[in-house]
Amino acid sequence: MIRIGAFLVGLFFSGWLLISAAMGAYTFVTVPAAPTAEHEFHKPPKAVNYSFDGPAGKFDRAQLQRGLQIFKEVCSACHSLKYVSFRDFKDLGYSEGQVKTIAQTWPTETPSINPDTGEAATRKPNAADKIPSPYPNEVAARAANNNALPPDLSLMTKARHGGPAYVYSLLTGYQAPPAKLKEKFPASMPGKTTHYNPYFANLNLAMPSPLNTEGQVTYGEGAPKPTVDQMAKDVSAFLTWTAEPKLENRKRAGTAAVVFLLIFLGLCVGAYKNVWADKKAHA
Amino acid sequence: MSFPWANEYKPSNPFMRYMDEKLPLPRFVYNAVGAGYPVPRNLNYFWNFGVLAGVALMVQIVTGIVLAMHFAAESTVAFSSVEHVMRDVNAGWFLRYAHMNGASMFFIVVYTHIFRGLFYGSYKPPREMVWHLGLVIFLLMMATAFMGYVLPWGQMSFWGAKVITGLFGAIPLVGEPIQTWLLGGFAPDNAALNRFFSLHFLLPFVILGVIILHVWALHIPGSSNPTGVEVKTEQDTVPFHPYYTAKDGVGLAVFFLLFATLVFFAPNLLGEPDNYIPANPLATPANIVPEWYFWPFYAILRAFTVDFLFIPAKLLGVLAMFASILLLFFLPWLDTSAVRSGHYRPLFRKFFWFGLIPTIAILGYCGGSHATDSIVLVSQIAAAYYFAHFLIILPIISRVETTKPLPTSITEAVLGHAPLNATLQPAE
Amino acid sequence: MESMASLMEDSATAGEEQGGVRRRDFINVAAASFAGVGAVAVVLPLINQMNPSADVLAEASTEVDLKAILPGQAIKTIFRKQPLFVRHLTPVEVAEAEKAPLAGMRDPQTLEERTKAGKTQWLVTMGVCTHLGCVPLGAAEGEVKGEFGGYFCPCHGSSYDTAARIRKGPAPRNLQVPPYEFTSDTAILVG
Repeated sequence: MIRIGAFLVGLFFSGWLLISAAMGAYTFVTVPAAPTAEHEFHKPPKAVNYSFDGPAGKFDRAQLQRGLQIFKEVCSACHSLKYVSFRDFKDLGYSEGQVKTIAQTWPTETPSINPDTGEAATRKPNAADKIPSPYPNEVAARAANNNALPPDLSLMTKARHGGPAYVYSLLTGYQAPPAKLKEKFPASMPGKTTHYNPYFANLNLAMPSPLNTEGQVTYGEGAPKPTVDQMAKDVSAFLTWTAEPKLENRKRAGTAAVVFLLIFLGLCVGAYKNVWADKKAHA
Repeated sequence: MSFPWANEYKPSNPFMRYMDEKLPLPRFVYNAVGAGYPVPRNLNYFWNFGVLAGVALMVQIVTGIVLAMHFAAESTVAFSSVEHVMRDVNAGWFLRYAHMNGASMFFIVVYTHIFRGLFYGSYKPPREMVWHLGLVIFLLMMATAFMGYVLPWGQMSFWGAKVITGLFGAIPLVGEPIQTWLLGGFAPDNAALNRFFSLHFLLPFVILGVIILHVWALHIPGSSNPTGVEVKTEQDTVPFHPYYTAKDGVGLAVFFLLFATLVFFAPNLLGEPDNYIPANPLATPANIVPEWYFWPFYAILRAFTVDFLFIPAKLLGVLAMFASILLLFFLPWLDTSAVRSGHYRPLFRKFFWFGLIPTIAILGYCGGSHATDSIVLVSQIAAAYYFAHFLIILPIISRVETTKPLPTSITEAVLGHAPLNATLQPAE
Repeated sequence: MESMASLMEDSATAGEEQGGVRRRDFINVAAASFAGVGAVAVVLPLINQMNPSADVLAEASTEVDLKAILPGQAIKTIFRKQPLFVRHLTPVEVAEAEKAPLAGMRDPQTLEERTKAGKTQWLVTMGVCTHLGCVPLGAAEGEVKGEFGGYFCPCHGSSYDTAARIRKGPAPRNLQVPPYEFTSDTAILVG
């Protein structure tokens, strides 16, 4: 009884699937899918190395500090970093006093309430505050950016395939659209308010190239030259830290855990063999 | 299970004697997983996965309860509360990554456990109830995992919830009211998030209860074994403790090694970057996919593209997706071979390794990919095989195949000769 | 002979068992102990996660500006999510506090002990009654200050004096003075 029912159900599902497949194959062959510009022109992230790569990777604090400087001087005009608090910058090697100064000289102030009138006001951020956003809300952000919303960057390197390599590639990937694009996909050419960048999923993004001049940001003594490439590396490393401030703790704990577990595995195998020693031909 | 030669619980410690007298829990544990439970001596490492599944559940419950101390189930703050856990809570990053990857480990272990059952015929009489309870656990796990993924309220959380609850809308007549009832609204929002949190907290304890029934049902006939031949004499078995506690130790060490590698060195390997973007009802992600352990079922869902008479393709997909799991309930009656283990069923084995396994792997790959024409085509063929395998091929094979001769006993299979000085006593 | 050998392959001989088991058990004990150590290593973060998180610890210090508080005035503010009273005592109130006899006080303390050197007119205390935790009255303008001119708790009638010491009522201790420092003449950092 069950077998007959099963047979019929199986026949129905499998049969209908094979028929649908045949129909799909027919259309696939006779009406091939239109190629897309993204498919042909989108590029995967470039290969780039960071000090924090690999199981023993560590942040380069000097690099992170340079990245913070770039974020503060270039990116923070439009992008928020709302999951990071100023006190977190102690991780970058700053003292409490330096952190307080960074907070109090941040380009944007923290929203607050006027204690006398109750009206909306702003105050200087203190170390415990989260980094204030450049715009009070999404509407203001879009109004200032041709209806495009500059995303928050705290988690950007975890929110994109390729992570920091994606951010680096995007920042260094601005270029003139190839002639072939105009030929085959004229609709995918950048418009008046968009810019071509093959590392961006949709090929054209609203953000103009933010790092375009060498020396745009002045690095301190002993730092590498602030080329566009170097700045992109530094800020993408910084954004990896904002996304994963505990990266070093994680890898350190991981090394300890794996070593411990390997020893534990050895002991368990020993105990297992010991227990089963008297049972011949055990499993 | 009453194997007559099972060790009897005889506490030497007076405190244990006292405890056992008042509440026979020590005796119960001794007879369930201690030296009082005889187990076939020839179990291979595929038999470790039941215990590992139990351990994985414990990991999820412990990390989950602790995370619940910091998580805020309110749509405007849920995402930030998870970031609070990752950044500010002491060892919060470890707890979150452990819980996230623990779910993947749980499914890796349970899938291996299920495939052991499929290959060795563990679902056959007298263990049909064990199999059915196991499937109930699997369904509860899927519901729990689905709701858990919604909680961080990322893009994938929201859109995954939207797609899956949208499936209920495909049910004719009552579909839309059921969907609205489930969500508490017209789209996933605060109401859905809160109820999912409540149910996500509850279901693991329901799973725990069903696991108790599952193991109880197993201990009636006792464990099966790789030969599929039932236990006959004392020489066929060893006491669970210390033999299988030792073996489970090895299994646990490997499990935690894999788990640690994931958590500490590749915590986001099995995840979707889109879920690090806060949920936005106005922006659909480029590729909405559930977590990897749902991919084969997602592929089956998306494989139905053509309406059948009055049944829309969307509904067909939903029915097929549920059918793909529910058909497993009927396995004991679809596969009627008297031989349990795939070791002695050459034709069955071929279809298992060259048919079922590759098909499920292919379905998994398709489920995680963009639904392009070619991917859909491949999933249609793979899904067609999946249904044919269980509903048409297996029943036929189990009737017509020539099986290899079985060993007369486990002892014979292990030691190469019949048990000595033992009369063949059938186990009770 | 054959059968004997086969029987023996299945179990350790009696003679070997005693010493053999003890010798061989070491690895079992080692494996189990390692597991125990691992279990403890995992339990520690599980317990530590309940300790205050970094953001809570960051708000463990509060700055209070004293410029606006005139003699005779007090403000109510928040310190570690609890009420904090900062009171600018008038010279009369300071004298009262110094004159009060310590004998007979439930929790004897001088005003000097409860304030900073040279700044006895600044009384910084928690605004939490030491009886059962209500917020005493007396800090805000117009609130009842109680019999001793300091603070009065409406819940069960505890009365505190101008040094916030308990003088009457069920409270066992004086209002708690939190750790604080003067960062300048017109500002303090509490905590």
